Amino acid sequence: MIEAFGLTKVFKDKKRGEIKAVDNVSFACRPGQIYGLLGANGAGKTTTLRLLATLLKPTSGNAVVGGFDITREPERVRRSVGFLAASTALYGRLTARETVGYFGRLNGLDHGQIKQRLQALADVLEMHEFLDQRCDKLSTGMKQKVSIARTLIHDPAIIIFDEPTIGLDVIAARALLAFIRECKKQGRTIIYSTHVMSEVEKLCDVVGIVHSGKLLAEGTVSELCSKFGETNIEEVFVKVVGGSR
Amino acid sequence: MSWMNVATIYAKELKDTLRDRRAVLSMIIIPTFIMPALIFGLGRIGAKVTNKAYEEVPAVMIIDGQDSPSVTDAIKTYKRVRVVPTTDDWRDKISDKKIRAAVSVPRGFEAALQNETASCINIYTYRGEMKSSIAADELDRFFRDLREKTVAARLTQRSLPATLLKPFDIKRENVAAPEKVGGNLVGGFLPYLVIILSLTGAMYPAMDLTAGEKERGTMEMLLCTPASRTEIVIGKFLMVLTGSVSAIVLSLVSMGTSFMLVGGSFGGAISGGSQNLKGLLPTLDLLGIGGMMLMILPVAVSFSAIVFTISLFAKSYKEAQTYVTPLIFAVIMPAAIGMMPGIELDARMALAPILGLSLVCKEMLSGVWHWQFIGLVFASYCVYAAIALVLAVRMFKREDVIFRT
Repeated sequence: MIEAFGLTKVFKDKKRGEIKAVDNVSFACRPGQIYGLLGANGAGKTTTLRLLATLLKPTSGNAVVGGFDITREPERVRRSVGFLAASTALYGRLTARETVGYFGRLNGLDHGQIKQRLQALADVLEMHEFLDQRCDKLSTGMKQKVSIARTLIHDPAIIIFDEPTIGLDVIAARALLAFIRECKKQGRTIIYSTHVMSEVEKLCDVVGIVHSGKLLAEGTVSELCSKFGETNIEEVFVKVVGGSR
Repeated sequence: MSWMNVATIYAKELKDTLRDRRAVLSMIIIPTFIMPALIFGLGRIGAKVTNKAYEEVPAVMIIDGQDSPSVTDAIKTYKRVRVVPTTDDWRDKISDKKIRAAVSVPRGFEAALQNETASCINIYTYRGEMKSSIAADELDRFFRDLREKTVAARLTQRSLPATLLKPFDIKRENVAAPEKVGGNLVGGFLPYLVIILSLTGAMYPAMDLTAGEKERGTMEMLLCTPASRTEIVIGKFLMVLTGSVSAIVLSLVSMGTSFMLVGGSFGGAISGGSQNLKGLLPTLDLLGIGGMMLMILPVAVSFSAIVFTISLFAKSYKEAQTYVTPLIFAVIMPAAIGMMPGIELDARMALAPILGLSLVCKEMLSGVWHWQFIGLVFASYCVYAAIALVLAVRMFKREDVIFRT
């Protein structure tokens, strides 16, 4: 379960002064649900996700992730969260097995647990043939699988995806979306940030439209469409974001 | 704090670094092979050039001296110079290195010798040019010998003893222990080398593990793990320190081995080719080498933490290089001053950054233990190391630094 209460993040910039990257954002995501954060580039999606993953500290507001307070128990939060972003990369000089094992150890798993989890993930993601290859020798699709395995090695109850399909071809992107649906079936709490409207329509149970750091609208795709009198989420998005300008 | 996480991060960084050709080059290949090869190669070349210069019989000209044929003939038969026919442009020829020196025998020189009146021999050289200097030394030696013979003849003629003008001899004898002599000669150089290596050994891993990781986009996923920022800093910092220490140890071991195998060429080079110092290293105070290693540890910690902190601030590896490279010059200057002869250790010098350390190490290598200065330098570097490490941790906790893009 994720519950955010008035999350706010202000950055100080010498040239531009104070920048409110996240402005009083509140939402909730239940286990077995995919919450989509929809917004243009620079809307504040990544900052919101980084706050939830405790990479950044909120200027004000708070959130409870997996039952842990993000400001007081950041390490426990990170232990219960898997974070996958398109911007993150892999250690090119380590093999896929070494990379996943490293993150398993940092998440407190012992050798036996890592072996067991890696076997299970490699079966599901069809990774066996490249497990012992260095990451810098892998294709984009293979790297994506290693990233997923790295994110899930500690079997987190909560998974945060930050624009994970950027740079992937159609096949790899479809496989990833299918995998996310599978995670949902397993009862995990999933936050999915994107600016791709079609992904939101296909995947998300609840959508939050973010613009200039603010959560401007929230609901299921059908709720949002009926509320704004539109037939698809793209039109809703344009209406919501355009109306705020 | 979980030391298990620290060990996990350190082990991963070590494995990752050892698979990186650039890191292996800066941490292992350069200190083990390139540095000693460079030093011994330069030493060998220097010794060869010097020996060749001494072997060459320099061409000289005699200016005037037509009325002193026995002196000019004696110079012509002197085997250590080669007299070439005199030309009017002898000054240009010295400048153009066509001849090495010229000697002016004044008019009436031989007559003056016989009349026992004073006269002056002028030797013309190209100052700072080694071969010219050798030629001048040979001419100088010839005329000193002639002067001594003349004085001896005059004393004999007057039935006076030779001791009249030479009442006593002056001899020099070394009383310092071999390790002190070795320490004095090499002691200035070794700390310089070790100080520089402790910095350069730390540089590559520091930049790669901070700015490099930020640039590659792997830092964010590490920050997502339950490992605390302090654990991550310490794990990474230990790798940087490993780079620094391994560069020093590998270099010393490699140089020690090289000294024992081919020490002569280096010894010849530092003593200007006049003395073979083969086997010099074994005569260094081994306790001094141990002391130097101990002294260098807080310095390696300080350097590692400083380059780590600076690199962390950079957005990219290239930017980190721009920030870190000037550090080399800041360290080389005082370290090189410590290598100079005549610089003595005192309380003021001991507190000078890098220079104090260099001088203390130099003394320790000579077997001189000024405990008050050793304590002062060691304590100050422990404080610097602690401050630098705290700064590194603080820097790592700053969001504007970690997510600076």
